[in-house]
Amino acid sequence: MSTIDSSLPKMVEPQSSASMQVPDASGRFGDFGGRYVPETLTRALDELVVEYQKARNDPDFQAELDELLHRFVGRPSPLYHAKRLSGLIGGAQIWLKREDLNHTGAHKINNTLGQALLTLRMKKTRVIAETGAGQHGVASATACAHFGLPCVVYMGAEDVRRQKPNVFSMRLMGAEVRPVESGSKTLRDAVNEAMRDWMSSVEHTHYIIGSVIGPHPFPQMVRDFQSVIGKECREQCLSSIGRLPDAIVACVGGGSNAAGMFYPFIQDTSVRLIGVEAGGRGAQSGEHASPLTFGSPGVLHGSYSYVMQDDDGQTSDVHSISAGLDYPGVGPEHSYWKDTHRVEYTSCRDDEALGAFDLLARNEGILTALETCHALAKAAEIAKTMSRDEHLVICLSGRGDKDAAELARLRGQQW
Amino acid sequence: MTAIDDLFAKLRASGKKAFMPFVTAGDPNMAFTSKVITRLQELGCSMAEVGFPYSDPIADGPVIQASYTRALGNKLKLQQIFDQIQTDKANWSMPLVAMVSYAIIHRQGPESFIMAAKQAGFCGAIVPDLLVEESPKMSSLCRKHDFNLIQLVTPTTPPDRALRIAEASSGFLYFVSVTGITGERTQLPEGLVDRVGWLKARTSLPICIGFGISTPEHVRLLAPVSDGLIVGSAIVRCLESASSSEEQALQNAGQLVSSLLAALET
Ligand SMILES: Cc1ncc(COP(=O)(O)O)c(C=O)c1O
Repeated sequence: MSTIDSSLPKMVEPQSSASMQVPDASGRFGDFGGRYVPETLTRALDELVVEYQKARNDPDFQAELDELLHRFVGRPSPLYHAKRLSGLIGGAQIWLKREDLNHTGAHKINNTLGQALLTLRMKKTRVIAETGAGQHGVASATACAHFGLPCVVYMGAEDVRRQKPNVFSMRLMGAEVRPVESGSKTLRDAVNEAMRDWMSSVEHTHYIIGSVIGPHPFPQMVRDFQSVIGKECREQCLSSIGRLPDAIVACVGGGSNAAGMFYPFIQDTSVRLIGVEAGGRGAQSGEHASPLTFGSPGVLHGSYSYVMQDDDGQTSDVHSISAGLDYPGVGPEHSYWKDTHRVEYTSCRDDEALGAFDLLARNEGILTALETCHALAKAAEIAKTMSRDEHLVICLSGRGDKDAAELARLRGQQW
Repeated sequence: MTAIDDLFAKLRASGKKAFMPFVTAGDPNMAFTSKVITRLQELGCSMAEVGFPYSDPIADGPVIQASYTRALGNKLKLQQIFDQIQTDKANWSMPLVAMVSYAIIHRQGPESFIMAAKQAGFCGAIVPDLLVEESPKMSSLCRKHDFNLIQLVTPTTPPDRALRIAEASSGFLYFVSVTGITGERTQLPEGLVDRVGWLKARTSLPICIGFGISTPEHVRLLAPVSDGLIVGSAIVRCLESASSSEEQALQNAGQLVSSLLAALET
């Protein structure tokens, strides 16, 4: 295992110019973000900007969302001190922000309920969504069942195969799951297909994007809806630890759980923020899904951000064992945080993530989503370099039941 | 003045309309694309739109998507498009426009892209994912190099915005007929003729209509209100079989184009 020390120098006095007052009116986080979509979608995006602004300033909207997050989702999610794991690793005290305990088993529901409420406010009558791991698909199907909205979920055919339990759950809640057979049959292709649906249906359909990606205002809006994670966590740290943590680690696919966790801490420069991308099988192009670590800025799915592209601007194939991280792009705010040095980004290989699954399963009794296992693996390395009176929080973005069958297959075991 | 500006000046002077086929570059290879362009010119087309294959085209329907996938599957590179067009451009008098995603332009750098495209023989570009708000830099570079940046208006564009887009566009304005992606339609939306007419009365820029046009009836309906018509998927579909028989594919496309051109004359 590589040690985190060499690649991630600990910042003694963090110098960062990252602002929380982003994006600007055109959706820019520094240079990143913006809107690169066909003209057909502009009116709906403008409408969404206006409706979202109105909702943000409407106490009734916030009250309705808070109530749902409390009674339907079960928030606040606990901040759990993993004492046995901390002792075993022998470094920092490890705390888990338990998004896996949310209704539907991941952080994705924080966003879908917010966007479903906006769908109703905009008087739209149909919802579409893309999904990789299926968690966002399930969270969309759930929100739509709750509000009585028809829901179509696009999902790469390869992901339909490797995340079958979630496909079944979506269908049980009345959503239509449409397998996408084009390209690499994964998350990127599901986003393409959802966007194409939206091109024709935009007048009556809302597209609930599942991460901090896409054209303005999605990256901002999804970050805001997910920021409940970081806000709660900040308060819980102050009450449980008596101070802010020293480091926070989250996995980064499109980047929504990480953005929601990090954003409320952006100004707390004593807190190290570490995002972990999917390192796949190695550093060679095509073997990983780590645009922040290995990519360069470019345009994909409506915004300007780090991306895996070839020298012609064609999106490169990527690989990850985890469907939710198997994506060539990343949210523009992460690109902004990378370039302003506020957040450190690293990547974690497939085999390291699989090892971390067992670590938490056997020592804490928690089955963790393969996406989240990437954060776990790197957090364990980082914690080892820290002292026992330091505190590290991991965003435990989702639970691992959905991965049981795929894990059995990978290990050649009976399911 | 670009060749596109000249073309529309001439067409308008003689009361004629432009017919603009779309072909996918490199489907299945650039040598064939060149042959297609030559055939289109022989048939009497006014201009050709050359689609640059892109890995993630969200404005395209299944037919054009599949053509992009075939071209990229054969490892088509941007440089091959430019090289082949440059080699063969002496055979063509009609202007060529690039239909190209901003992801590709950004990777080259907008100015490098414009210079390379112009040198190859393109007179302008349609960038379907570059909104008017994001386009000022590209626009001024295009002006500097006397290269047209053709902007798009769609059925969801509010009227005041459509005027602003027309203002920012050069060469012509691309009026998208449908709320949706490219692909043949049996029926075009109600009110299309009126919407184009409304805009046409308010801009001196030529207006060309595209998306969904595939039959002589469409052509007869839309020609009177526009300066030109763009036909994509219907032609690309005829060319799908090129890898098994180039001659057959050329013949199929030729028949379709001839019937549409005939409708344009009537
Ligand atoms: C549990 C879990 N964590 C993380 C992710 C990655 O998404 P994001 O980076 O937007 O949080 C997913 C996506 O499916 C997920 O299901």
